[in-house]
Amino acid sequence: MSTQRIPILKMGEFLLVTIQVEMDDQLAMFLQEDLTNKVKDTGARGVLMDISSLDIIDSFLGRMLCTIASMTRILDAETVVVGMQPAVAITLVELGLTLPGVLTALNVEKGMAILEERLRHGGEGANACDTGQRNAVGIQ
Amino acid sequence: MEERVPMHAILGNEMLSVSSEPDLIAVRNKARLHARAAGFGLTDETKLVTAVSELARNMISHGGGGQALIEDLEQNGRQGIRVTFTDRGPGIANIGQAMQDGYSSINGLGLGLPGARRLVHDFEIKSSAKEGTHIVIVRWNRC
Ligand SMILES: Nc1ncnc2c1ncn2[C@@H]1O[C@H](COP(=O)(O)OP(=O)(O)OP(=O)(O)O)[C@@H](O)[C@H]1O
Ligand SMILES: [Mg+2]
Repeated sequence: MSTQRIPILKMGEFLLVTIQVEMDDQLAMFLQEDLTNKVKDTGARGVLMDISSLDIIDSFLGRMLCTIASMTRILDAETVVVGMQPAVAITLVELGLTLPGVLTALNVEKGMAILEERLRHGGEGANACDTGQRNAVGIQ
Repeated sequence: MEERVPMHAILGNEMLSVSSEPDLIAVRNKARLHARAAGFGLTDETKLVTAVSELARNMISHGGGGQALIEDLEQNGRQGIRVTFTDRGPGIANIGQAMQDGYSSINGLGLGLPGARRLVHDFEIKSSAKEGTHIVIVRWNRC
């Protein structure tokens, strides 16, 4: 089984996670753990998750993104998922995965801008992750 | 005796066993290669691979592992990929319920089965406690 972990970089007040490898369950679980610890330890106010190299998102990964977003929110940090490939976004909609409560942006710069905006003005609380949720997708 | 015209030709096939996380990654990658060889565009390819991921994952997490047969089809000049998932697990007692968005017996999102159905052109499911679960999906290139 894989013992590697996804690195988490600190960028000012934010954390940046670049998902570069084929995610498996184990790696996804480690990431969840590491990220929540790091948010707690550093007091980071936001997390950028760069998924531009993910070539699919299935319901398992979608749930993971959603869980990370809610966990970090409890620790007072917002998660923005950045760089979703268009084919992945189209597929997610058809799959029925709406990623409720997950902020998305086209790239890291735009994601940073969203986080900074939220830090300065505060944002309305996003929805909790919920299986029954069928609202609009936050994908551009 | 009436002569039956075959619905399609099978150009090639590959059988994979799916019982662990590395197998899941392998079957996704193989499905992607078959889709590419059949001339699928990136979006079609992604839809097929995502459906494969859902159904292969279900075999691992609910069906005790199983087999995936990937077949390259051709019908009237268009190409498609058929994937057959077979496991000998406990089966699905209520298929109608399992096919609904949001139904999950393991606190998942309950999107795997209904989502996979939306991502392909043909979807067939048979399941019983005795025989396990058997799901066949087909996605055609540009249709
Ligand atoms: N191969 C299988 N063998 C036995 N039961 C299955 C199988 N596939 C699906 N099921 C049953 O159907 C239910 C719905 O499956 P579905 O994939 O839609 O959701 P899930 O796997 O629970 O969650 P997820 O959204 O993460 O896929 C499962 O919870 C399980 O009870
Ligand atoms: Mg599933």
